[in-house]
Amino acid sequence: MRIICIDNLTTMIATVARRLAALIAALSLSAVVLPAAAETLVVYSARNEQLIKPVFDAYTRETGVQVRFTTGDAAVLIERLAAEGRNSPADVLMTVDAGELWNAAERGLLRPVSSTTLAKNIPAHLRDPGNRWFGLSMRARTIAYSPARVDTAKLGTYEGLAGAEWKGRLCLRTSKKVYNQSLVATMIAALGEQKSEQVVRGWVANLATDVFANDTQLLEAIAAGQCDVGIVNTYYFGRIVKDRADFPVKLFWANQGAGGTHVNISGAGVTQHSRQTAAATRFLEWLSGGPAQAHFAAVNMEFPANPAATIDPLVQSWGPFEPSLINVAEAGRLQPAAVRLMDRAGYR
Amino acid sequence: MSFVPRRAAAVLVVGLLAAPALLPLLTAVLAWATPASEVWQHQLQYVLPRVAWNTTLLLLIVGSATALLGTGLAWLVAGHDFPGRSVFTWALLLPLAVPGYVLAVVFAGALDYAGPLQSWLRATTHAPLRLPPIRSLGGAALVLTLCLYPYVYMLARVAFESAGARALEAAQSLGLDRRAAFRKVLLPLARPAVAAGVGLVCMETLSDFGVVAALNVDTFTTAIYRAWFGMFSISAALQMAALLGLLALSGVWLERRLRGGRGFAAQRPSGDLPRQRLGGARGLAATLAATLVLLLAFLLPMAQLLAWSITHAATDLDARYWAFAARSVAIAASGALVVVAAALVLGYALRGESRPWVRGLGRFATVGYAIPGTVLAVGLFAPVAALDGWLQSALEGLFGAASPQLFLQGTLLTMFIAYLARFLAVGTGPVESGLDRIHHNLDEAAANLGVRGVARLRRVHFPLLRGSLLAAAVLVFVDLMKELPITLMTRPFGFETLAVRVFEMAAEGEWQRAALPSVLIVAAGVLPVVLLARRVTHVA
Repeated sequence: MRIICIDNLTTMIATVARRLAALIAALSLSAVVLPAAAETLVVYSARNEQLIKPVFDAYTRETGVQVRFTTGDAAVLIERLAAEGRNSPADVLMTVDAGELWNAAERGLLRPVSSTTLAKNIPAHLRDPGNRWFGLSMRARTIAYSPARVDTAKLGTYEGLAGAEWKGRLCLRTSKKVYNQSLVATMIAALGEQKSEQVVRGWVANLATDVFANDTQLLEAIAAGQCDVGIVNTYYFGRIVKDRADFPVKLFWANQGAGGTHVNISGAGVTQHSRQTAAATRFLEWLSGGPAQAHFAAVNMEFPANPAATIDPLVQSWGPFEPSLINVAEAGRLQPAAVRLMDRAGYR
Repeated sequence: MSFVPRRAAAVLVVGLLAAPALLPLLTAVLAWATPASEVWQHQLQYVLPRVAWNTTLLLLIVGSATALLGTGLAWLVAGHDFPGRSVFTWALLLPLAVPGYVLAVVFAGALDYAGPLQSWLRATTHAPLRLPPIRSLGGAALVLTLCLYPYVYMLARVAFESAGARALEAAQSLGLDRRAAFRKVLLPLARPAVAAGVGLVCMETLSDFGVVAALNVDTFTTAIYRAWFGMFSISAALQMAALLGLLALSGVWLERRLRGGRGFAAQRPSGDLPRQRLGGARGLAATLAATLVLLLAFLLPMAQLLAWSITHAATDLDARYWAFAARSVAIAASGALVVVAAALVLGYALRGESRPWVRGLGRFATVGYAIPGTVLAVGLFAPVAALDGWLQSALEGLFGAASPQLFLQGTLLTMFIAYLARFLAVGTGPVESGLDRIHHNLDEAAANLGVRGVARLRRVHFPLLRGSLLAAAVLVFVDLMKELPITLMTRPFGFETLAVRVFEMAAEGEWQRAALPSVLIVAAGVLPVVLLARRVTHVA
């Protein structure tokens, strides 16, 4: 009985192994492909599938150009580009943070693109001064508060949240998230390192609880009364209020008349080794145009980078605001300094 | 076959199997050639002391908690009869199917200040009642223990069941009572299995990023990502990963030293372990204890995930999910087969191998499990892409502009090599502890009867190893179902699995939408776990 069992199992394993060998052989063969058809663009995207695929599909419908893409963390995609070098199949790198694009450009992985359309559509502070990458949507990071427990007259700036009156009332997301690293980096650009470190130390001293892993948890904590104010990206707030109109938290535009609200971008650049730079540039130009812009931003309740594009009604309802005009490239350049500063200040 | 080529063959086999794990380590070690001194100075002053302490503490707590819980439950189930035992036998393995990062998010959502439990407590008691914070080292230790204890449980149970009856009989015939027999005979007999399980748990804890990130604990892993993602220093990240690999290697070495030299051997599979009937209150207590573990680690989290899934299923669940699930299962099954086969080959190559450097090389092959998946993927990707580039240049030299384009790095082949680098340890643990239990006397006896080579493997070793092999296959299978960073980086275009789906949703913090693919990962993982777990019971 036992012997029969073993034989069955051995036969089974042998069969599976044979099939596996056939599969691997087939895949290895499919690894050799003919030079890519001219009508296909390849995108490495840190912006996730459900936020980009609808836009890519629209481009294919309009122009017939196919868009093949893979998603992943920007830092990983950048290492991939670097490792692949001139053999990389990628034409476009897309990220959800300016720092990553800055880093990719610094490492020579993106190429300058001269396009009057992009220069016209995208404001100067939302694109690389060297034209290697362009913002496609704008993400504002501002103050969220409990209207029941906070008088808006007391609110003003990010720096103000370091004041003694917020002791035990402030919630922050972890400093591991790039959005906070960018916020502090642009603060360094505006105030200098010393002053910024004082602000961050003040924040840490005011924390009501340990930092949060994401903005949604932070907003829920304000709603539950664990803290009264916090700093969040507006689209996280938008996602919640879309389902719960009575959510007891409101947004306050930070630093109005004092440098403007911190903005980051979701953006893209043409890769250094793309074999179809012209087609890739046309794709970016299309993405910067009105209809694509409205769509690109609205799927995630972000702000279009192109000021002429229409804004999602819910996003519009938060009112106009003055964004910081510091070039988002500064967020990348100063990011390592910001991370070190936050480590020194004990902001985890 | 002469003696010398055989020794050379062993070196070749071990070297080949160690190569996938060695390549990223080599990339990491080479990173030391470009010193990131500014980053390191900062790390040493502000980061490393804290993360070293946290990592050590987490390892100690999770290691000892899983050892106790896993061995305890294994002995309870293997050696006792109580209401529900036959269900718990396999059900206690179910937490294996739940990805750690998913469990962490569920715990954070349910137990935090703003979560339903604490909100309800505040509303009903009106007292400033607070639970200990879940976003803490203690919380991370709890979650890691709950999702990792099955490694120890499974291996210990197989050990008890495959060797227990005879040993227990012998011990009792020498006048030991059941409890003393467990302590003095069965536990030492199961020690290689328990050590192998705890070893896996420790390596997984070292490399974990998902759980500690969700619950806000700064460990070695988060420091690696901070240097890389935050300070743009991939070299500092790789250097730290090399240290992590070194740490894991010394851990593996220590485990071998502690285990080594003792002849654990079951001469042949013994009959069923006689189980002690627990009646009345003791039986109830046993049932309650097992139920509690299952509730916390599996049932309640699954209920929460299901509740989240249902709210989004209407919009998100579409026909593509069949393909996602099919791909996940296909990848996990074939990956498990490859890894277990490799582990078996490695186990035999090292069996009776006396040269320390060859044994050392064999240890290297398993270190990949302790390195964060993303770092491992990048470390492996660079040499593969370089090879690809070299081949491409050669092709273009041959064919000129008309040469076909190679994308070695975008194929499943790279993915499988990376899986091997990362998960060989998971296969090796059970296989080696199984091989350890086969005494060399048995080989000699077989040789005297003229049974050698493949015949010996098939007729003598295989019946003894079957339980261990299946255990290894189950562990690798569920690990691969949950695996994310390697799949994400090395997958071909458009190759989406359930885990990739979780990433897509979670990347922008949409955890509730990530619940649907998470539930499907568990669902797809549960059936094989149950089937194989039952098989392990029957054949062991």
